Amino acid sequence: MSEPAIRVESLRVVRGGKVALDGISVEVAPGIVTGLLGPSGSGKSTLMRAAVGVQRIDSGRITVLGQAAGSLALRSRVGYRTQAPSVYADLTVRENVRYFARVLGVSDGGVGEAIDTVGLGEEAGRVANRLSGGQLARVALAMALLGEPEVLVLDEPTVGLDPVLRRDLWDTFHALAGRGATLLVSSHVMDEADRCDELLLLREGRIVATGSPDELRRRTGAGDLDEAFLRVIDEGEA
Amino acid sequence: MSPRVTAATAVRVLTQLRRDPRTVVLLLAVPCVLLILLEEVFAGLPAVFQSIGGPLLGLFPFISMFLVTSITMLRERVSGTLERLMTLPLHKLDILLGYAIAFALFAAVQVTLVSVVAFGPLDLRVAGPKWAVVVLAVGNAVLGMSLGLFVSAFATTEFQAVQFMPALVFPQLLLCGLFVAREDMAEWLQVISAVLPLTYAYDALAKVSAGGPYGARFVLDVAVTVGATLLFLALGAATLRRRTA
Repeated sequence: MSEPAIRVESLRVVRGGKVALDGISVEVAPGIVTGLLGPSGSGKSTLMRAAVGVQRIDSGRITVLGQAAGSLALRSRVGYRTQAPSVYADLTVRENVRYFARVLGVSDGGVGEAIDTVGLGEEAGRVANRLSGGQLARVALAMALLGEPEVLVLDEPTVGLDPVLRRDLWDTFHALAGRGATLLVSSHVMDEADRCDELLLLREGRIVATGSPDELRRRTGAGDLDEAFLRVIDEGEA
Repeated sequence: MSPRVTAATAVRVLTQLRRDPRTVVLLLAVPCVLLILLEEVFAGLPAVFQSIGGPLLGLFPFISMFLVTSITMLRERVSGTLERLMTLPLHKLDILLGYAIAFALFAAVQVTLVSVVAFGPLDLRVAGPKWAVVVLAVGNAVLGMSLGLFVSAFATTEFQAVQFMPALVFPQLLLCGLFVAREDMAEWLQVISAVLPLTYAYDALAKVSAGGPYGARFVLDVAVTVGATLLFLALGAATLRRRTA
């Protein structure tokens, strides 16, 4: 088995007096789409923030591509999309993406490409505060895709998007994985879990299950992943 | 540090400012209007306008850039864009210098405009070189910017950030010597005045307006203004945390 793209070892994070991640250890395999699933408040965003190096951690460690998460050398190799789209509301779509491109040293050609990938070509000249929530989410995604990062950490990238667009984006994610990128994508919608190659189920700051969607169904004997998730939790508590 | 990132940040900040034409017009017009008002108010006492007009012209950019920067930076902190920037391969100083360049350029335009009004129709006379007033004014803009950047870390809402202006700027204006000469203040006020950066910024402007003397005190004035700017930038950089709770 090849080196994991992301390795989490006994990672413990306390946020606001509450344990957000309770000493979890897990590995994310390279070149596939790994889904980080769990209810809201389960620690998904905290884990993702730790993976890009902006989360203060209490103990344990997290490495990405063999280096400490957030180290300078990694920052141009890892793309990140925050849960709430971090976009300059008073800049146009193109200006937002172009600013990040300049910082990353990506050419203007790459700017147009990223905007087209998220289907915002026609809105490129519009100011962000005039966009819908779904469009804003896509601007933030375009910014994460810049420079063809080897690892993409995407926090709920498809929330609030229409089904056609969601399908297109998931196709894009798999195309990126096909080219060798590692994707860690969070969602609290179970029907998206089936689109992932591997799953990490997170609940109350702990990993409750890992495996492919098929494995999880087989292991629990459940018909759908929602049911599988419930059974895993029940087993854990029994 | 990278000139490319610094330049990109400066362009980005100026583009944001341009997207808000009402703010731009206010920033450019209000100092001119206030100076015209000042001249009219002291129409019967022209000597007063002549003595405080020059220093005031040079202090406007400090006030406006303090306010604009503290709000802009606060937005950057609360909207999540700052955290997002921290995941990119850039140095904190790239962000700070980008801001400094953008607001210094804008301040140069602001100061030029108000100077044209003051030295033209208002017939403001300064004994020293006019360009020195302009240069000091732009320097004060950068000082205001660096202070605004630093204090934005202590505000969580725009209401709070706005309140920092009366809290941190007005006392400095009152104590700097503009309204009452420092020698005429109570001793404890003089002590406070001596540790406030605006006192030195004002003194440098007053000296240029009066045509000197450009002795050791003037050098100290300029040195403190520059030093305070660097200090606040460093403190500001320290508040830009890559990792947060």
